[in-house]
Formats: sequence, structure tokens, C-alpha cells
Amino acid sequence: MTGVAVAGVGMHPWGKEGRLFTEYGVVAARAALADAGISWTDVDLVVGGETVRNGYVGYVAGSTFAQALGWTGARVATSYAACATGAQALDTARARILAGLSEVALVVGADTTPKGFLAPNTGERWDDPDWLRFRLLGMTNPAYFAMYARRRMHLYGARSEDFAQVKAKNARHGLTNPNARFRRESSVAEVLASPMVSDPLHLLDVCATSDGAAAVVLCSDAYARAHGLGEVRIRAVSTVTPTFPQRVLDLPYLATEQATGAEDAPVFRESIALAAYEEAGIGPDDVDVAEVYDLSTALELDWMEDLGLCPRGEAEHLLRAGETTIGGRIPVNPSGGLACFGEAVPAQALAQVCELTWQLRGQAGDRQVAGARVGITANQGMFGHGSAVVLTR
Amino acid sequence: MSAPVVDGWFTTGPEPALLGSSCTTCGTVFFPPTSGFCRNPVCDGSAFAVTELSRRGRVWSYTDAQYRPPPPYLPASDPYVPFALAAVALPEGLVVLGQVADGFGVADLTIGAEMELVVETLYADETGDRTTWRWRPVR
Repeated sequence: MTGVAVAGVGMHPWGKEGRLFTEYGVVAARAALADAGISWTDVDLVVGGETVRNGYVGYVAGSTFAQALGWTGARVATSYAACATGAQALDTARARILAGLSEVALVVGADTTPKGFLAPNTGERWDDPDWLRFRLLGMTNPAYFAMYARRRMHLYGARSEDFAQVKAKNARHGLTNPNARFRRESSVAEVLASPMVSDPLHLLDVCATSDGAAAVVLCSDAYARAHGLGEVRIRAVSTVTPTFPQRVLDLPYLATEQATGAEDAPVFRESIALAAYEEAGIGPDDVDVAEVYDLSTALELDWMEDLGLCPRGEAEHLLRAGETTIGGRIPVNPSGGLACFGEAVPAQALAQVCELTWQLRGQAGDRQVAGARVGITANQGMFGHGSAVVLTR
Repeated sequence: MSAPVVDGWFTTGPEPALLGSSCTTCGTVFFPPTSGFCRNPVCDGSAFAVTELSRRGRVWSYTDAQYRPPPPYLPASDPYVPFALAAVALPEGLVVLGQVADGFGVADLTIGAEMELVVETLYADETGDRTTWRWRPVR
């Protein structure tokens, strides 16, 4: 199977402007179309990443963006997969192109977020685990991240200073990224001096929630050849579900599933990556650059191992040796990651694809990873969602 | 009057225990309690027996909530008092989250340490105290 071509990418800068998510989405969509040199009226499929915090127009995001850009009779789809929403939307577009049902597809994710912790919508829902975890436990997203971080300290000897070092690295990476929300240096000392949110994670270890939008224009190989587009190709989109029994505590659940056998199966995050590598026909050694979901600083270290970029327990060694910095052996989050962006849920997995596209084209400016030819994204959302996208040039 | 915040998830009394659901077809135990369909992919069971889970387990990981969680969390006090949370691995092969008992914080917890289930007040509403399960370090 050949890849589907990335014809264009675009973003609306991340921030906290409080405007309608549709406005951000249109800016990103128009930027991606301009980048591709494709007119909106030539798009035959629009796929929207749903946002659950903006009412009905958010639930039907595909249609909302189609109407905002002007009805053209294009086919429409809307995806929701929590934090993996953007990748699932991308996969829908890719599948229709590979099936010969679409030539040019526009994928858009955009969000407007409230301040503070992400929380369920209002109303009593005693059968919704996402509602129950707050009502019965007060278990926020950072509390789950903190439990993973504490495990890392216990298993591998990670220190709070290592977690802070991830933030310092990503802050440097994102310093001049025009789409990043936070563009300032963060020192290890500053992270450690920031208020504790959920022990051992400080405020600056945990990503913020942001407004933002990202868009990707995909096209078929034939269309790309005919129009001289798409030196960057999508080689894999992994959106696998977990495997029963889910042994690792995962958002938003209150317990794991009962595991009585040997613990040799890959954990969920690892299985996301394995499926991506298998589909792309490559391995971790082929990867030049990775954009991973640093919801917390500590999670970036977990992801490096889940992606096979280093053996279990060795992510801190790579970090300390500067190997995950731009210029190192395997730069991680050259965009600055969620540390510099904050999370705009339905846009975030697409933002990772935008960054890798710029990296593989050699258009990433100050944050360019020299000679990057293969990139992988990794992302995880609640309710058994996650994604990894492999791009090559 | 004091009553569990949620029905059928745990027993009360001097030796409280969590209540799981055991699939009558494949025997898999689930917590929180479930009904209607078994989630084991190779089982098409639909009936469950109520089963008490072990009262003791070992800490898989732990943290705390230094900032007040957003609704639907209901703070037990004003001003807000931070509390600890633990994920406890039970001999049955499940890891179950819970708040940590009143009076204990992260400094009292270590991974692998033994914990015991207790029932304490989560918050009070117009009907009285609403109780929940919590994990308490075994001294």
C-alpha cells in the first residue's frame, strides 16, 4: 500500500482567546488549503474533529466547518475519540481516499476550552465513569498522570528534576514556534518551585488547556502526481483499542480489568506504536523525529519507551544526555509539545501531524531537525483511545 | 443519617469490602459492579454474581489533589482540604482507585505497601452523610 499524500497543513496559533472554535478552524483550514494550493471548492470530503464543550455545533464539527467555509456539496464526517480525535478524523479521510471514494479531503480540529481542569459537562450521570471519577474520587486528569509519574520514579529511579528537565527542553524547542502559546524558557528550578498539583507533578509539569486549531489536506497519489503535491506521505495511522484485560489503570476508569495471567502482553500505549510500525513497515530505528503526547512531563518519558526509541527505564538517560533535544540522536517534541501549546483536544493530534510535515519538508525554521525523513506521532485519549501516525518523505 | 454515596459498590460495618461482579459464565470479576454483558471478548455471558473483593491490597501508585477538583466533585469542607489518592492492587488481579483515609497523605504512602479498605464520609447532603470506600495504610 502506498501512502496518502499530505498536500497541505495549517494551524491557528494556540492561545486562550475565548473565541468560537469555528473561527479558529476556518483560519487553520484556509491556511492548509493555501499551503496545498488547493481551492476549498475542489475539496470533496471534509472531516471534523468533534469538540464536546461547545454545544451542538461542536458535536457536528464537520458540518460546522463545511458551512463556515461555504456549502459546496462535499461529503462530510465527524469523529470523536477524546484526545485522539484528530488522528481518527485523519484516518477517516485517509480510508476514503485509499478506497477511491475521495481525491482531496480536508481534516479540521478546533477547540475553545474553559480555564482550569477539564471536567465533565454539567448534569448527574451515575452510569458515566468520567462523571463518577470526579464525584466519587475527585480524580482529575493530572491525578492519573501523577500516578504514572510516581510509578516511573519507583520502577526506574526517575527524579522530579528529570521531569522538570523535559519541560525545560520543550520550552526551548518551542521558543520561536509561531503557533505555540507559551514561548518562554523554563528552568528546572522554576518547574520545581511551581505549586504542586498532584504529587509528584508541579504546575509546570502538567499541560494547560488551550484554544487552537489545526488542519490537514490529504489527497490521493494520483491527485498528488497530477498537481506536483505531497512530498510528505502518511504511511500509517494507528487507532487500535486496548486488549482485554486492560492491566494498566487508564482514564477515566476507576479500576483495571482483572488480570490473572502472565504480564507479557504489550501495554496499551506500546500496542498503539507497534500497530503503526507494522502498518508502515518500519521500526523505531528508522525514526528521525517524534511528536509525543506530553500531557505531563513524565509521560513524555513513558512515550519514548512505548515507541521503542529506547529500552524501558532508559528515557531519563537519553534526556540527560541531550539526545532528545534538537541536534540529538532522536529529537522529541521539536514543536515544544503540549508543554508549549497546552491541549486543544480535537486539534492536538492534527497539530502533531502539521509539525512533522514541516519537519520532513525542512520548513521548521529554528526548530528544524536536520535531515528528518521519518517521523512518528503518539497520542492517547480517554476511554481506550490513542493514535500514532507515521509520516515519511 | 448516613448512607453509601452509591448503592451496591461496597458493604458497610466493621469489616467493609468492595462488591465486584463475577461473570457466571467465565468467572471474570469486575469492579465497579456491572450487569447485562460480560466484557471478556471471548465470553458472551450476561449474568453476574455479587462477590466481595479482598479488603487488603498493595499500593500500585498514589498521588494527591492539592487543588480542589472541579464539579461534579463535592468538597467535604470549606476551605478545601487536599486529600490523597491511591491505586491498590488486589489479590484478585484488579487495581482499584480510592481516596486515602482521612488523616493520611502522600508522606504515609509507598508503592508496595499494604492498604486496607475503610468506609468514611465523602460529603454531606440534605439526606445526611454520604459514605464511600477509602484506602487506609496498614500499620
